[in-house]
Amino acid sequence: MIRNFIDGNEAIARGAVLAGCQLFAGYPITPATTIYQQMLRLLPAKGGICLQGEDEIASIGFCLGASMAGLKTMTATSGPGISLYSEQISFAIGGEIPLVIVDVQRLGPSTGSATKGADGDIQFMRWGCSGGLPVIVLAPVDVGDCFTLTMHAFNLAEKYRCPVFIASNKEIGMTCESIDLDSLATPEPLTREYCPSGQSYLPFKVESAAMVPSFLPIGGNRLVRQTSSTHGPEGYITADTEIIGVAIDRLEKKLVTAVDNFTFFELDSDPRAETLLIVYGVTARAAKTAVEQIRNGGKEISLLILKTLYPVPEDFLKRCLSKAKRVVVVEMNLGQYVREIERLVDEQPVIHYGRMDGELICPETIREVIGL
Amino acid sequence: MTTLLNRERPPVFCPGCSHEKIVRVLDNALQQLGLSGEQVVIVTDIGCAGLFDTFFNTHAFHGLHGRALTYATGLKMADPELTVITIMGDGGLGIGGAHFLSSCRRNLDINLLILNNFNYGMTGGQCSVTTPVEAATSSGFLNQLEPPLDICRIGVAAGAPWVGRAMATDGELSAQIAEAVFYQGFSMIDIWGVCPGRYSKRNKISLKQIEKEMSLLPAASGIVPANERQEFGSHYRSLAAQVQHPGSVSGINSIFSPPVRDRCNILLLGTAGQRINTAGEILCLSAMSAGMHVTQKNDYPITVLRGHSVSEVIFSRSPVGYTGIKKPHIVIALSAEGVARRKNVFSLLDTDSLIIAADNLEIPENNARTIKIDFKALGISTPDRALASLKVLAGEGYAITEEMLYAGLANRFTGKQLNEARSLICKAGQAEKRS
Ligand code: SF4
Repeated sequence: MIRNFIDGNEAIARGAVLAGCQLFAGYPITPATTIYQQMLRLLPAKGGICLQGEDEIASIGFCLGASMAGLKTMTATSGPGISLYSEQISFAIGGEIPLVIVDVQRLGPSTGSATKGADGDIQFMRWGCSGGLPVIVLAPVDVGDCFTLTMHAFNLAEKYRCPVFIASNKEIGMTCESIDLDSLATPEPLTREYCPSGQSYLPFKVESAAMVPSFLPIGGNRLVRQTSSTHGPEGYITADTEIIGVAIDRLEKKLVTAVDNFTFFELDSDPRAETLLIVYGVTARAAKTAVEQIRNGGKEISLLILKTLYPVPEDFLKRCLSKAKRVVVVEMNLGQYVREIERLVDEQPVIHYGRMDGELICPETIREVIGL
Repeated sequence: MTTLLNRERPPVFCPGCSHEKIVRVLDNALQQLGLSGEQVVIVTDIGCAGLFDTFFNTHAFHGLHGRALTYATGLKMADPELTVITIMGDGGLGIGGAHFLSSCRRNLDINLLILNNFNYGMTGGQCSVTTPVEAATSSGFLNQLEPPLDICRIGVAAGAPWVGRAMATDGELSAQIAEAVFYQGFSMIDIWGVCPGRYSKRNKISLKQIEKEMSLLPAASGIVPANERQEFGSHYRSLAAQVQHPGSVSGINSIFSPPVRDRCNILLLGTAGQRINTAGEILCLSAMSAGMHVTQKNDYPITVLRGHSVSEVIFSRSPVGYTGIKKPHIVIALSAEGVARRKNVFSLLDTDSLIIAADNLEIPENNARTIKIDFKALGISTPDRALASLKVLAGEGYAITEEMLYAGLANRFTGKQLNEARSLICKAGQAEKRS
């Protein structure tokens, strides 16, 4: 058995390079800095570009420009940086610009505690920009997930032409772990679909059945228009509410109706169990231990570790929830993802436990909450 | 050459607006350079100047207020062949000040045209960073409080190698734009014009008067010799080409059998300079040489050269779940600062637990077995104490064995460093005999 010893941030960088990332731009911020440092080690040596922006706004702006020139791009930050990214993120949504954004969450609010973990940005990643249109948010549990989900994130960004978040946490990003990287199931890298040559090109036109416009790079031999303003198929600003309505509806539907294709999870269900424990992120590690202890004690429990947080995989969750008599949600914040679960249950009680003080939630606490 | 103007989208500016003139001047400049629309991208931001990209049959990138230079940078880095022209008003210049300064300093081959009409036209004529203090604006008295910026002077100070200033009506403007665009590096032109829709409504000001104002400022008309240097993109590529690929992560082979039954939690408590993190890492690498699953996380203050340094290491035969340490099995205590940081764990230690501590250190009450090491007597200096403690731990056959430790060292160090680490371990062997 040969294993590597790396942390979550390095795993993200390595996954990004393997997924074909060609430009990384970032601004140093604990606990995300080492992603930038790793990209600086890995990317230029492979002919890629690694830049340090004058601030977070510039860093993500570099990514948007380069992505529109056809490169696969990534940026990484923590909560305070996501705040600064906000309007650029909504541009990436509206302009359908592929981009991977890593949020190595740290304890907030505001500058909070730079070296303490939390999952306090979960709703922020989903809703923290103008317009409120959906993004994809994937939540790794460990170093292995950092590697594979980053590769998936690139593929999803290319396929759906949208920003894709990796919702990491200081407790994953800066924790080193033994891992056999070669044993992980990784996806084949995808590239965005280009408009076939010989066809005239409208940058935001979608074929009737499709949901995502085909891509051409700025700088190619057919003219491309990108705009952050509401636009029609030809990429000009428009005030026509009918055209705007159709476009915005598509931006919502292209992700919400496709989430079944990229719902990542681990479901360890016991058909006899009445309780379903739902967790995500680093808390899943303690949850696994707690579940093992509960089962060793002769009690039944099911565990769902959700790794695609947004768009909320509603149908999948409803199927999981329908089998439970009660649901327990444990998370490293004061109650964020539980809101999604509460709106999806029939009548089962949803018990929530949240902690956000820089300490990991431990297996004993989870068992106490569950009462088994 | 043919015009690059978009016939389907004629300019829609207020009558008499200088922007309209600049549209034609820019078209003229692009024709002089013999550029086709496919070779050019026009990057804009918000405001009336932000409409520019729509009037041209070129690639177009219209984004957020003040951020045009950020997209321009990404586009140019991704496609060095592309001619990148960025257009912003004095509003975008102000809100995007950091990007302006950085672009001057960076010297990437992009061109910036600042359409300076001394106010925010689109939002109703509020003051901008270039509004004169005596002007009347819709910002009431506020513009009297802050003097206008001389953009060119700032550009020069920030390192722009090509800086120009001109009236929108200047007959030479298209030649000047062509020269700026042709220049291999960051070029900027501060173009002064009128905004009849807003600014000139409140201020009886003619182009002539504006021109007179301009003549009072130092001239800016092209290359700034003191700022000339290698262009950022080509410089980046030449430096990046020299970066050695770090190679793949070296894997660690499992060759020993571990002396740990299930899970082992180890706390290393010390101070900056004691190489606590390195010792934690070597512990992990040692355990991995026996096929263990491991995790490590470190706790230290932002000022890395002083204060506590704590490393939490977990070994497990099965994959590590929860990565926290409530109750350690082993504590290596090397400094008072480190001990203070985790003082609450000592009361949790039971008789099966082991403490390896510097002998002069006060350890809180506990039930653990304790081995004290007199580092001074052994001649082991501060930076070596954590590593030396690992030898003592291995000697106990607890958590790691000696062969695992040697494998861990060989995975972490090479050459001289490895030899030094090995001789340190030998030296630390004396401690066992004395304790
Ligand atoms: S408001 Fe001023 S800048 Fe805008 S179009 Fe009218 S005159 Fe030109």
